Amino acid sequence: MTNDLPHPIAALKPKRETFTGNRALDIEEPLLFEIGRAEISGVDMEEPEDFRPRLGGHERKAELNLPALSEPEAMRHYVRLSQKNYAIDMGIYPLGSCTMKHNPRLNEAMARLPGFADIHPLQPVSTVQGALELIHECGRYLCTLTGMHSVAMSPKAGAHGELCGMMSIKAALKARGEDRRVVLVPESAHGTNPATAALLGFKVVAVPAREDGTVAAEAVREVMAAHEGEVAAIMLTNPNTCGLFETDIVEIAEAVHEAGGYFYCDGANFNAILGKVRPGDLGVDAMHINLHKTFSTPHGGGGPGAGPTVLSEALAPYAPLPLIEKTEAGYRLVETDEAASDDPFGRMTAFHGQMGMFVRAFAWMLSHGADGMRQAAEDAVLNANYVRARLADVMTLPYPDHPSMHEVLFDEHFLEGTGVATLDFAKAMIDEGFHPMTVYFPLVVHGAMLIEPTESESRASLDLFVAALRDLVFAAKRGDKERFTEAPRFAPRRRLDETGAARKPVLRWTAPGPEEQAEAAE
Amino acid sequence: MRYLPHTAEDRADMLRAIGAAHIDELFRDVPEDKLLKALPELPGHKSELDVGRQMRALAAKNRAAGEGPFFLGAGAYHHHVPASVDHIIQRSEFLTSYTPYQPEISQGTLQTLFEFQTQVCELTGMEVANASMYDGSTATGEAVLMACRLTRREKAVLSGGLHPQYREVVETLALMEDDECLCLPPDPRGTEDILADIDDETACVVVQSPSFYGQLIDLKPIAERCRQKGALLVAVFTEAVALGLIEPPGAAGADIVVGEGQSLGNALNFGGPYVGLFATRQKFIRQMPGRLCGQTHDKDGKRGFVLTLNTREQHIRRDKATSNICTNSGLCALAFTAHMTLLGAKGLTALARANHAKACRLADLLAAVPGVEVLNEAFFNEFTIRLPGDAAEIAEKLAGEGILAGLPVSRLEPGCGLDDLLLVCATETASEEDMESFADALRRALA
Repeated sequence: MTNDLPHPIAALKPKRETFTGNRALDIEEPLLFEIGRAEISGVDMEEPEDFRPRLGGHERKAELNLPALSEPEAMRHYVRLSQKNYAIDMGIYPLGSCTMKHNPRLNEAMARLPGFADIHPLQPVSTVQGALELIHECGRYLCTLTGMHSVAMSPKAGAHGELCGMMSIKAALKARGEDRRVVLVPESAHGTNPATAALLGFKVVAVPAREDGTVAAEAVREVMAAHEGEVAAIMLTNPNTCGLFETDIVEIAEAVHEAGGYFYCDGANFNAILGKVRPGDLGVDAMHINLHKTFSTPHGGGGPGAGPTVLSEALAPYAPLPLIEKTEAGYRLVETDEAASDDPFGRMTAFHGQMGMFVRAFAWMLSHGADGMRQAAEDAVLNANYVRARLADVMTLPYPDHPSMHEVLFDEHFLEGTGVATLDFAKAMIDEGFHPMTVYFPLVVHGAMLIEPTESESRASLDLFVAALRDLVFAAKRGDKERFTEAPRFAPRRRLDETGAARKPVLRWTAPGPEEQAEAAE
Repeated sequence: MRYLPHTAEDRADMLRAIGAAHIDELFRDVPEDKLLKALPELPGHKSELDVGRQMRALAAKNRAAGEGPFFLGAGAYHHHVPASVDHIIQRSEFLTSYTPYQPEISQGTLQTLFEFQTQVCELTGMEVANASMYDGSTATGEAVLMACRLTRREKAVLSGGLHPQYREVVETLALMEDDECLCLPPDPRGTEDILADIDDETACVVVQSPSFYGQLIDLKPIAERCRQKGALLVAVFTEAVALGLIEPPGAAGADIVVGEGQSLGNALNFGGPYVGLFATRQKFIRQMPGRLCGQTHDKDGKRGFVLTLNTREQHIRRDKATSNICTNSGLCALAFTAHMTLLGAKGLTALARANHAKACRLADLLAAVPGVEVLNEAFFNEFTIRLPGDAAEIAEKLAGEGILAGLPVSRLEPGCGLDDLLLVCATETASEEDMESFADALRRALA
């Protein structure tokens, strides 16, 4: 056997600055399928005593190609991979509209208490009274904070909550004997809004925004008049996706109500007004709350979320199953139509929603209290406006007339003539050690850059961020174009070929054929 | 407040830099009468110690699965999860990162999703899988919508062996979409004749195996009839571990396979968060809901991963998207894939065998109790028993003795004449003593 083996990770084809392809702490990690082995397992299992199987001829005959790693190998695999991720625990994560705030570890510990983590959704109700109480209390907090009548706790994420709110509206219209088919959505809305409306068979009609970035009540009235008697609802985000508070919101709600429609508010940006403004006071009929945004449950690389949906008195009777009621004999869980006193429109998910997220969000609310939640909203707004004030002289604001709320929107006007696009600017931020802001959203602004620092950032952190952005702006204006177009240069990967990925999708690992093996051996 | 870094001085300095005299100047777009001065209804902030005390008091009012004999399944399963899995998902870089929209600094999440998709394909016997859905029930709903899009038909036929709450989720979605659902009556023994209900207007047939009642179902003839009629077979499972031992739905000819992945890596959590698995054929990928992770390479030719085929999704397609889903179950998918990686085929098969062995032993013990009948002859780790009396009352009585005996079917299917049925599950966590004490308590309760 020779000591000169081919590189074991040949599939990575590293451009070798080092023999291994590694760069100090940035260690290349092969796919599980390239390093795992079929003959081992990282879990010990006792072999059962002799028994008579009862699989009735359904035994697995198909091959099961699932390689394993022993525990030490698995730990290295995942820890090395984890080190290729940016995270809030490493630095500011200013993704606009995503509210990447600190995730308190107390909440993780609480969610793992056996009394919450190890209870089954269908245990006798008498054995889960504490869980029902927690969900009920969490719901009561959400109703108080939003000034709304009731809450459907089961939606699994924001888009699922939108679906819940819009289904409630559809059910309420049906109960009124009306078949309204139009939903108004401003052009700046999250993509989930029109997608949700369309999923429910509504026709989406756009509402234009004013030059100052907000929606005028007059514009809503005009569109409503053009679709008289057809408008089921308006879906409006407030503060909106440009980071502005909708100044006409009360009037808009009145106009929609007068015409027999409902007001769905996208609650993605609730963090800006938590404890400061109650959506219920503005005339909202339904609003989902992203517990993974405002209430800090971890994003986990893309979920899980939770999207409890608060409802006005008019929509409350149609809230989906399950419902939790407080009675003198304890908490009651209503799981079936037969047991419901109202008229639920149906069921959105099996079981009772994202309990693990309720525990974390409730712990967050208790920790902050009324004063802390108000302070969090104020600090979030303060931080966004501070970033804005420190950058407004070098970057460009599409909507300078209003103060920003919890996020500040810039456009790419300031990059004109530099040959640097918004995307390049974002990628250069990666090299400076920051996660970029949200880019190219909202769609109503050219080359949008939406920065949401959240209340978790200290002044020092913001100053560092601002200084880096200012340096980058000057570099772009100086003609240091390569710094941007070649970025990122220092990340675990440089820019990836997304077009190629979509054109010829490779969505799973397959064993290399003889050609690839030969190539790897070279 | 321990989570807020600013001092009063910081705030004052920053307001000065902004040019505002007071924080409420920044809230000046809010109608004046709508701006709250305080929130008197809620208490003030609390220390970590106080919050912990309050939360623990709530947790103490619940009876945890590990506290004694436990035999509940029905879509959520009590399994042992290796300690390393929880450590992995609590890595800051996984826990506190967002959806991987900037792939250059998200390769950790992306590579684990690619591995997850591959494992789900292997487990289900399908060609492609997405990066997860909210849970098994919503995945089933999305599968039906996808089948209606693909076939341009509007009728779904739902087996009587489908989890009742999965059925309700599908019905709710279908009702809103003006699609039609034909729901077969509850089918504890798996004897329904679903073939007769598949016709030229059927978009899809939804069949769960092992069924809600535990019965293993032969999917092949159903897939065959679907092919003849131009309908699609949506195969559902709620217990992913079963697929370590039984023939995967893909091998039987299923077109879309959806299921609950909670069993691997994820705790019971009172019903959520869980992780929905969604797999199908390569030719259907452009109609799939949810995020997909794909392999590509970077500017230097190094292999890397990205979210791909985004033109199906809401943030690009808006009202033309295949689904409105955005956030999925990323961290639960990571828990699933980490547990699966530790198990491997060998470990998964052993785990599945251990489950099946326990369930067979429990079935024998319960069948020996006078008056008890085991309804299923082919099952994996759960099965339905008929009791000589009201199952809910008996289960409540056993709960009083510290034994969580199983699910009275009438809880989810009231008014169907199924009051005497109890759905019972035994995983690898059930000990011989637990099972014997269950059988003894049942014997006493029925005496």
